[in-house]
Amino acid sequence: MKLELRGITKRFGALVANENINITVEAGEIRSLLGENGAGKSTLMNVLYGLYQADEGQILLDGKVQNFKGPGDAMAAGIGMVHQHFMLIPVFTVAENVVLGNEPTNKIGALNLDEARKRVREISDRFGFNVDPDALVADLPVGVQQRVEIIKALSRNAQVLVLDEPTAVLTPQETDELMQIMRELAKNGTSIIFITHKLREVQAVADRITVIRLGKVVGEAKPTDSAETLATMMVGREVDLQVDKDAHKDGAVVLSVDSISVLDDRQQRAVDNVSFEVRAGEVLAIAGVQGNGQTELAEALLGLRPTTKGSGSIKLGDVNLIGHTVRRRLEEGIGYIPEDRKKDGLVAQFSIAENFMLNGSYSEPFAKGLNIDFAKRSEVSAKLIEDFDIRTPSAETLVGNLSGGNQQKVVVARELRRDVKLLIAAQPTRGVDVGSIEFIHERIIAERDDGRAIVLISTELDEVTALADRIAVMYRGRIVGVVDSSATREQLGKLMAGITE
Amino acid sequence: MSNPISKEVTETKSESLLREIMSGTPLRIALSAVLAFMVGAIFMAAFNQDVVDSYATFGSDPMYTLQTAWDTIVNGYTSLITGSIFNPNGGDAVSMFRPITETLRLGAPLILAGLGISLGFRVGLFNVGGTGQILMSLLGVTWVSTRLSMPFGIHLIVALLVGVALAAAWGGLVGLLKARTGAHEVIVTIMLNYVALYLYTWFLRQPNLLLEHGGGGTPKSDPPAVTAQLPGILGPSFNLHIGILIAFAAVVVYWWLMERSTIGFRFKMVGSNFHAAKAAGINIERTYIWALAVSAAFVGLAGVNQGLGQSGGLTASINGNIGFDAITVALLGGSRARGVLIAGLLFGAFKAGGPSMQLVGVSPEILGVVQALLVLFVAAPPLVRAIFRLPKKEVK
Amino acid sequence: MAKIVVTPGMFSGVEAKVNWKTPIVTGAFSLLIIFAFGLFGKSGDVTFQISRTKDAWFVPNVIVSSAGFSLTLGLLMLAISGVSVWLTFKNSKTPVWLVLIYGLLGAVALLAWLAAGGVVPTAFILGQAIALAVPIILGALGGVMSERVGVVNIAIEGQLLTGAFMASVVGSLTHNLWIGLLVAMLTAALLSMALASLAVKYLVDQIIIGVLINALVIGITNFLYSEWLAGSGDTANFPGTFPIVKIPFLSEIPVIGPALFETRATVYLTFVLVPMVWFLLFRTKLGLRARSVGEHPMAADTVGINVARTRFWWVTSGGAIAGLGGAALTIGNVGAFGREMSGGLGFIALAVVILGRWQPFYVAASALLFGFAIILRIWANQVSPGIPTDFITMIPYLVTLVAVAGFAGKVRAPAASGQPYIKG
Repeated sequence: MKLELRGITKRFGALVANENINITVEAGEIRSLLGENGAGKSTLMNVLYGLYQADEGQILLDGKVQNFKGPGDAMAAGIGMVHQHFMLIPVFTVAENVVLGNEPTNKIGALNLDEARKRVREISDRFGFNVDPDALVADLPVGVQQRVEIIKALSRNAQVLVLDEPTAVLTPQETDELMQIMRELAKNGTSIIFITHKLREVQAVADRITVIRLGKVVGEAKPTDSAETLATMMVGREVDLQVDKDAHKDGAVVLSVDSISVLDDRQQRAVDNVSFEVRAGEVLAIAGVQGNGQTELAEALLGLRPTTKGSGSIKLGDVNLIGHTVRRRLEEGIGYIPEDRKKDGLVAQFSIAENFMLNGSYSEPFAKGLNIDFAKRSEVSAKLIEDFDIRTPSAETLVGNLSGGNQQKVVVARELRRDVKLLIAAQPTRGVDVGSIEFIHERIIAERDDGRAIVLISTELDEVTALADRIAVMYRGRIVGVVDSSATREQLGKLMAGITE
Repeated sequence: MSNPISKEVTETKSESLLREIMSGTPLRIALSAVLAFMVGAIFMAAFNQDVVDSYATFGSDPMYTLQTAWDTIVNGYTSLITGSIFNPNGGDAVSMFRPITETLRLGAPLILAGLGISLGFRVGLFNVGGTGQILMSLLGVTWVSTRLSMPFGIHLIVALLVGVALAAAWGGLVGLLKARTGAHEVIVTIMLNYVALYLYTWFLRQPNLLLEHGGGGTPKSDPPAVTAQLPGILGPSFNLHIGILIAFAAVVVYWWLMERSTIGFRFKMVGSNFHAAKAAGINIERTYIWALAVSAAFVGLAGVNQGLGQSGGLTASINGNIGFDAITVALLGGSRARGVLIAGLLFGAFKAGGPSMQLVGVSPEILGVVQALLVLFVAAPPLVRAIFRLPKKEVK
Repeated sequence: MAKIVVTPGMFSGVEAKVNWKTPIVTGAFSLLIIFAFGLFGKSGDVTFQISRTKDAWFVPNVIVSSAGFSLTLGLLMLAISGVSVWLTFKNSKTPVWLVLIYGLLGAVALLAWLAAGGVVPTAFILGQAIALAVPIILGALGGVMSERVGVVNIAIEGQLLTGAFMASVVGSLTHNLWIGLLVAMLTAALLSMALASLAVKYLVDQIIIGVLINALVIGITNFLYSEWLAGSGDTANFPGTFPIVKIPFLSEIPVIGPALFETRATVYLTFVLVPMVWFLLFRTKLGLRARSVGEHPMAADTVGINVARTRFWWVTSGGAIAGLGGAALTIGNVGAFGREMSGGLGFIALAVVILGRWQPFYVAASALLFGFAIILRIWANQVSPGIPTDFITMIPYLVTLVAVAGFAGKVRAPAASGQPYIKG
């Protein structure tokens, strides 16, 4: 079946998630949608699947305009979707999951599970999936769960199959098997849309590639294009970032991380035996495509996530931080700008002044004994608001009512107020306006020049090259290379794709 | 497979709900009150015996029925006011001013327990365990006040401290279970309510523990020693005792704790966004334990007020359903010190005005309906908005 | 208000690994029974009354020594703990039915100890336990139907009270108990609709709504009781009760007969409803969809199931069943409505939902535990004064606490319970 998306635009309030997107997928084609997290790929697919309604544009199947009111309509029209987060009920069996919403029943309305099992076996046998219809989904490895999702789609006669980040949760072997399945399906005439940010996979399996950035199609590519080309298309940024900075002076080692490993929420090794050092007066950037362990690394440094048994040490100065609480680590002199400021960095219902004291409620200047020192707090807040150029009517304004850029400045101001030895800045300028980006960058460099050690975690290549003194690139939980700031985008692109020569 | 998408949305939605209730606009609260009293009026009129009798003549004289109904409503609500605030027909000053003192007396435990439940709400915890915490407080209070003899003043203070400590421990236990096992506090507190009830009753049955001297089958204790009773503050003509002063003091302490102190700041932080609290170095588990202990301590003061604010023997029923009423107080008061004070006094007035409503032939139980509706309308903003077609408040 | 932090399985622990709590707790209780009731138990014989003299099959009474019998039972219980230890070693879970047998043995030992030197009217106790459990079972079934689709129902108490009130009043006014029953169910269903629409459509916190609905129903019934029923009890609050219907043949079976097959319509309806709800939930298309909505609403949405509508109708029908439970209190038992007569049974039902793991049969068994505890409290006072009956009454609540805190190893709520679903 031939699928056409014409001029699809989807907005969420002021945010434009998809802007005028045009894509055509031929029958039996594997079309890859390549883009970073947050580029708008999943939104686009949810529009296609009827979960969201597009604000503008049309969806055509074999030339006929479709009007999906919900996933039911999309499924009926022959679209199947394997979601990034599987849409399976863990406590149901494979057969129950496959027939859910489309259940075979007998005369008295009872479920006909034999028929359900038959459906599963039939598809499973046809493609060699080897799935037991009576197994509980919760007991299956993720790779098999994914096959259940595919069976679910195929059992509803899907002719366009959307796979949303299907390899994010798979082991390399499972990934290879999935690609085999994709080729098999395409050979049988199924159109496949393969959404990913992993270059190697795109090159391995796609027929054509569409690159999406910030909600727009930025171009098409061929699988034969080099990984560097694809990487730069994917992460490029239109703003020209320039930060004036002097060459850094080598100081004493502030942070030394010695072979630590960290598990993610799925209990898989997200950080794998990583070691590095950061010196005073130095910015170490940790670059890489999102989802390669950077988030977990940052959380482990602060103590929000434990390191695995057998990990080495995280030393701040002479103190080994492993085993210490978050509070102790903050007191030892870590500043932390979290990746998701709304979740981890701010309390939206609190005022700016209150947010300034989030991690300072135990000591001066915010606390006087058990009392909040309101006078000092106002004083400090006024100064921070001025120093950090936070645009707000007053310090009592709720943080939730500020713009993204000003919210981020609140976080930055709070962390830089404290006399920290080490600043961990994770995606410090994500979702922030250009003016604020410049300001935050300058502050980070100023802190570096003041002799602090900075760990900058960023997926933005431009930000990395503008700020870093050294760049460590993470790929699949490991640091695959450390280069200095003069490295070219091409070199970085290769490392980010896991190519180490 | 968890479902991060809908969970995120859920949290922001409930956050905005929280904010909306907390910042409950005066207009919406006023409309809720009008609505609740109106529904109460309809019930009052529809089931009043005189009105029911007049249905027979409704065909020939509909005005009579309407007049009777109107009179019932006016009489009912007027007597609520004369019974709870000021009685102009009282004759002497004592009778005229007694109503307001009764409102204060009966409002005190509601304020105290309401503060406790409010504290839980501010930390994101739903303490349904008020009943159990009051009973545990009563257990301590009964023991100290009937089995120990101490000088005046000291006796009261010891009884108060023991009662509050037991209640706090009972609440802290909930926090501990929640922190350690993830058990939901609503279920745990409900179960502990019953455990406390039977524990207290058992103590009351034992002659060598709390049973009254010469008592038999009924689980009841001696009256609290005079040295431990809460002393009256307006002389023997009034029942008002220092419980209301304790409540006022508690309101100030609560206000200080939640608005002025760093402890309350951290409590609120955990309640508003525990991810951010964690990243700010707050120990979430310990906060849960402490918050529930402090919450229960306030509730325990209500138990002290119940046990020592009267001179009869103590039974389990003396908890008077305050644990649940306190939830409505906290919800109506928006979990703020001032709001809880006002809400507690309002519902105290409902209790005080009951007997005089009874005198004019209106069942005071109607106030339970008004109370529940009022809070329901306040706690369910969409409901009132739908009824009055108010625009949705912009929440960013 | 209270930002109730919604997490999967909010009313339970995380899905725990097999742990040692079951063998340890059961072992400890076995030893308690062996020592307290057995070795240091009461002297004297105990008579278990099995058949009534007029029964077709007469089985003579069983007379045993209280201490010896308790000891035997205690040892059997210890053996079950042993099996549990073995299972835990093999890293598998102790099955629920084994725990149920264990509980039954413990209950019999308790009876034997209490009635040392006296008679245990076995059929009477069982029958009373069932009768007392019926409102709890039905309330809890309503709770199961609601929680299975992801709506926490704290308002069971209010639904029971509504059902009790309406059944009595309508039954009295129409002189037809069946109409009373029907109206009780419909009214409670309407109440559930209020809960469902506020929770599902308006996204008001489910627990708060539940607490307030309870308060509202208590307020209204108290008002109507004092303003109306108290004065005109003979016309508006005197419905009578369903007659006791003997099922021929079956009612002659010793013990079980009189307890199960010589009872009222409300109890028989319960016998039918428990397997029916089970069948509906676990064997039909509707049930599969309902459970998917309670576990993972978004997944249900992606296969075209209307989450809001499913929740709305299941919560509503659950309310109807809880209303039937309320009716069982009045026209199925005492024959008149009394102030706040549900007296916390709705909260017990809430506990039973969890103890019974959201599964109708286990729910019924757990409700029996509470029914048994209530009747024992009454009976023990007569047969053996001075027994700390308060502690007997406390047992089910403690068991629930332990279960919620993770004793049963795996007490798992529907994952999306308490969680509003917001589309898009």
